[in-house]
Amino acid sequence: MAEKVIYAMYDDDDVLKDGAKKLVAKGIKVADVFSPFPVHGIDPIIGVKNTRLGIMSFLYGLGGLTLATIGMRYFMIVDWPMNIGGKPSFSYLENMLAFIPISFEFTVLCAAHFMALTYLIVNRTLPGMPARNPDPRTTDDKFVMEIRTSDNTGFSYEEIEGMLKETGIIELDQKEVK
Amino acid sequence: MHKEAAIREPLILGHKTYHQITEDICGPIEDKAPRMWYVLFSIALIIGLYGVGCIMYLLGTGIGVWGMNKTINWAWDITNFVWWVGIGHAGTLISAVLLLFRQRWRMAINRAAEAMTIFAVFMAGIFPLIHMGRLWVGYFVMPIPNHFGSLWVNFNSPLLWDVFAISTYLSVGFVFWYIGLIPDFATLRDRAKKPVSKRMYSILSFGWSGRAKQWNRFELVSLVLAGLATPLVFSVHSIVSFDFATSVIPGWHTTIFPPYFVAGAVFSGFAMVQTIMLILRKAMKLEAYLHTKHIEYMNIVIMVTGSIVGTAYITELFVSWYSGVEYEGYAFFNRATGPYWWAYAAMMTCNVVSPQLMWFKKLRRSMLFTFIISIVVNIGMWFERFVIIVTSLHRDYLPSSWSMQYPTHIDIGVYIGTIGLFFTFYLLFARFFPVMPIAELKTILKTSGESYKNAPDTHHGHDEQH
Repeated sequence: MAEKVIYAMYDDDDVLKDGAKKLVAKGIKVADVFSPFPVHGIDPIIGVKNTRLGIMSFLYGLGGLTLATIGMRYFMIVDWPMNIGGKPSFSYLENMLAFIPISFEFTVLCAAHFMALTYLIVNRTLPGMPARNPDPRTTDDKFVMEIRTSDNTGFSYEEIEGMLKETGIIELDQKEVK
Repeated sequence: MHKEAAIREPLILGHKTYHQITEDICGPIEDKAPRMWYVLFSIALIIGLYGVGCIMYLLGTGIGVWGMNKTINWAWDITNFVWWVGIGHAGTLISAVLLLFRQRWRMAINRAAEAMTIFAVFMAGIFPLIHMGRLWVGYFVMPIPNHFGSLWVNFNSPLLWDVFAISTYLSVGFVFWYIGLIPDFATLRDRAKKPVSKRMYSILSFGWSGRAKQWNRFELVSLVLAGLATPLVFSVHSIVSFDFATSVIPGWHTTIFPPYFVAGAVFSGFAMVQTIMLILRKAMKLEAYLHTKHIEYMNIVIMVTGSIVGTAYITELFVSWYSGVEYEGYAFFNRATGPYWWAYAAMMTCNVVSPQLMWFKKLRRSMLFTFIISIVVNIGMWFERFVIIVTSLHRDYLPSSWSMQYPTHIDIGVYIGTIGLFFTFYLLFARFFPVMPIAELKTILKTSGESYKNAPDTHHGHDEQH
């Protein structure tokens, strides 16, 4: 049997959410949802795990802070200590107050930029990438639920179609995947 | 789903649907530009190019073409720099701080305000670069290994902190803005009919598809960027104020500067947002999304920050007397009564008196009044920086060094030129980019839209437990 992808289209986010809930309760696996804006509460229903980008951002920030500290210690303490009014210039700790602004800025710089970069890469959204939404209207006012027959081997195509029709869809489309 | 009190004014007026929001915001971009746009764009471009010409002349000749002298060694250049950076504070404040506080009215203005921030900070960045005089050695401010031996930049210097602060702010602000733009570019891409615009928007949208996982990441990234940008906003203008506060010039050597500068920045930034948005909402027919309530909210912010600024002015005066430092006292006495009294008077009137008028509900809900005050505030904030910088310098310790600052036509040309360039960029933005976050507006339609807000619950709202 050829694998089929079913695209069920809704025109309201709440109807889609209720539909997804009912389908999941019956044991259907919903592969994905395409929507024009974040539909709150859909992720736990269709089993999308929360992203860990926040942790990554923290780590990137920590990396930035470390780099800034190492750098400034090397420039200002080790390599070329400056004599400013005879104040101690041989220890990082005693001079740290002056280094706080740049430590902070560099932490934010690294956390923000590397997180954004990671976000674009894991999202597969980079310049020149092709769009993968099944219908151009999903970026306007339509919501599409994607169900794959290969994920739902316990049900026949007709069964899935029947269940979908009860959830208030406005259009149904399907595609063969070789 | 979040429920809003019925008494709260709706944020989106009229009977909008999801599709109508898309139409309203994409429509003006897809249509032909009105003639007025070409007129304004040409004017802005000509002024901007004149400014570029002045900068070229300045770089070719040297900064002696500015009206500065041995006593007054900072004047219009740094005044303009601080003025632009200040204006550039509203965008991130609106999109980051208000996002953390879950203020939904920010959705109407955040995109346009962020764009304003980026262009304003970009204009600000021009001034420290050109005031180096030799722009081609500007890379000296970066801590890079060089051929002079172990000669590093001075990490103790607030001027270097400024380099890091401004470049971080500009680049993080840009990333924040662009990440929000990606889904809206996808909307434009999927609607585009002409092949050229389809191609352009599909490059700009990075292939965004709107999958559940993508939105999940999108929301977290926005939140984390807001969390990072919030302290960044406060740090940037604090660091700008350190340029003055860590010096030993009477009139600059003041610990109140960081909070006072930040409040002033938000004050002038919101005023600039008002100036631009009042025109934009009319020109692009977005009155349903940005109406009196939004204007009122922004005016309240202007009133509060204006009062903070006013309090800071008075505190500064008091402390200059209370400190018992003769020079400090003189600097402030001279500010108010010396040869630059008119600048001080302009600053006091525009920044202290005018925002207090916002206590009157009728005035703060009036579009015309808001528009006038928003311009007055920005004139006042320019004078504030001029007063701080020039009047503190022009009376040196030695009376033989006393001097006055007279701007040359290059001073004026560069300043006016940056305003021209700013509006050139802004008009391009308003022409080709969605000026309101389409996706985010759709998320608040059901909670804050007029047609949904107080309608009986038709959808199964009861099984939403969060």
